[in-house]
Amino acid sequence: MLKIKNLHASVEDKSILKGINLEIKPGEVHAIMGPNGSGKSTLASVIAGKEDYEVTDGDIFFEGQDINELAAEERAHKGIFLSFQYPVEIPGVSVTNFMKTAINETRKAKGLEDMPAKDMLKLIREKAELLEIDRKFLSRSLNEGFSGGEKKRNEIFQMAMLEPKLAILDETDSGLDIDALRIVANGVNKLKSKDNAVLVITHYQRLLDYIVPDFVHVLYKGRIVKSGTKELAHELEEKGYDWIKEEVNA
Amino acid sequence: MDLKEKLISSFWAFENHQNEDAYLHKIRTEAIKSFEDKGFPTKKEEAWKYTSLNSILKNDYSVFPKQENTIEYNDVKKYFIHDIDTYKIVFIDGKYASHLSQTTHDGMDICLMSSALSKPKYRILVENYFNKIAKNDSLTSLNTAFSSEGAYIHIPKNKMVAKPIQILHFSTGNESAIMLQPRNLIVVDENSHVQIIERHQSLTDNGVLTNSVTEVFINKRAIVDYYKVQNDSLNASLIDNSYINQKQESICSVHTFSFGGKLTRNNLNFFQQGERINSTLKGVTIIGDKQHVDHNTLVHHKEPNCESHQDYKGVFGENSTGVFNGKIIVDKEAQKTNAFQSNKNILISDKATINTKPQLEIFADDVKCSHGCTIGQLDESALFYLRSRGIPEKEAKALLMYAFSNNVLSSVKIPEIKQRINKIIANKLGVNIGFDL
Repeated sequence: MLKIKNLHASVEDKSILKGINLEIKPGEVHAIMGPNGSGKSTLASVIAGKEDYEVTDGDIFFEGQDINELAAEERAHKGIFLSFQYPVEIPGVSVTNFMKTAINETRKAKGLEDMPAKDMLKLIREKAELLEIDRKFLSRSLNEGFSGGEKKRNEIFQMAMLEPKLAILDETDSGLDIDALRIVANGVNKLKSKDNAVLVITHYQRLLDYIVPDFVHVLYKGRIVKSGTKELAHELEEKGYDWIKEEVNA
Repeated sequence: MDLKEKLISSFWAFENHQNEDAYLHKIRTEAIKSFEDKGFPTKKEEAWKYTSLNSILKNDYSVFPKQENTIEYNDVKKYFIHDIDTYKIVFIDGKYASHLSQTTHDGMDICLMSSALSKPKYRILVENYFNKIAKNDSLTSLNTAFSSEGAYIHIPKNKMVAKPIQILHFSTGNESAIMLQPRNLIVVDENSHVQIIERHQSLTDNGVLTNSVTEVFINKRAIVDYYKVQNDSLNASLIDNSYINQKQESICSVHTFSFGGKLTRNNLNFFQQGERINSTLKGVTIIGDKQHVDHNTLVHHKEPNCESHQDYKGVFGENSTGVFNGKIIVDKEAQKTNAFQSNKNILISDKATINTKPQLEIFADDVKCSHGCTIGQLDESALFYLRSRGIPEKEAKALLMYAFSNNVLSSVKIPEIKQRINKIIANKLGVNIGFDL
């Protein structure tokens, strides 16, 4: 589904990703862990198509197509979704109107008619229930005044609405209490199928107790320096990142 | 002959054709002298520092256009709020168009300024209200000198006017350039409520200069909601001089939607004469090309326990320029005044300009006054957020600009106006967004 080859990316001439190789197949859950500043969020943003980052070398293929030249919205239309570490507050646009626009624009891009209002309402209700989101919440301005937990739940609600093929969860666990974490993880797990894939980006192992990865990769200084299974995550939790740094620097 | 000379000589021709009316003759002749002394405002005057009239005064305007009411309702229907029942006072090239209008004298007067100025039964009101709060600056004086037609609205006390009143001015372009000087007088007596929509619309690309004056008198506990829709063609300019006089416990809101025109100057003046008055001034400006929109507001708090709220949002693209000059005066007697002013702007082009200047003159010591102005760009991280959800760049920008101006729209009380403004905004931004913008 996603194939990243020798990816180099920089922002304002500062090189951040220095040769990433990663392959994610349908049905898989991958986790990327790593110390602060290792390039985790950059990788997420580059896959999603943020223009601030310049890909200086390498390729990103999604379902066999080179997506490097595609705009963020075109990648979204293909089924790539990024759950933001810091969801942006947009006063004046309600959650509902935002989702309607996003879904209908995606349908438009696929040559489909707008979703009938009735179906849209039903879908919104269904997915809000999955994330235990109150209906009043949906008429509020997008992310404005939301608590950390509400913001993250809202991200996964959007994911549930858009049903992406590849969901990238960027530090979705940060700022969540244990109840919110459970709700969010539960939502992600319910959306999982053999046809879609999840890339979890996290500093800590605790989210991975709920969203269990098939593969764990350690990102350090812009490279994947170690890959393994979920046991690697436990090892990192116990021992921290120092031993990895030592291995790499040695 | 330049425009000033032409106007002055036209004045005397015009004045000689009026009926012998010593009262109005005196007002008009004093007004033309005031205009003659002052001339058109120049950039040397503080209030006109950022708005030059030079380019629009060069046209050879016809001052008394010929009357050719050739317009049919279907040709101009789209400029009306037509999905609800309304009173309509419609003018074509400055002349009353009865076939497009719906006026009334049934328990209230929603009719013409020309009637009010000429018929004896209106004389007391005219003497009490006409030209009483309009300033004697040059442009207002010029209008006063030529004042003959416009809307005259008198709502007696305890009356809820069930239908909004639309005041529409069309210009046909029958002449290469025309100058229009509509004069409106609106008197709302105690406890009454009225909603008014005003629009100036040129039907061709020929030049139009409208120098409009509106006086609004709002008596005790009366409520007035005024909506100004400015979405004119690129050769049409508007100078709107509005004077609003409020008595105690009255509530007035003016929403100004500025999307079009070559040059638009809104001189909006509020005078609070009584306690517990509420005044709201809101505006959304979205312009591009070489358009220019200038909001020049004044709120004069004269008595205690009153409020004023100003909220102006502007989005400026291409080579457009904007001005916001907001003055609040709080007299020494006006204790416990709450006065708020906000002017926020987004520049979406490197060549667009906005000049914003709050002016507070506060002589009372127990007041709450705040003002703020911001100038920024569209938030790139918000743009990426929207695009990452599949909303294309153009639509995402439109959504952000819509969101930016949304709180100004939220206080619009007539849903059809809100829908209309949303449509104009969507058209202006060239998008068709999946929900009712």
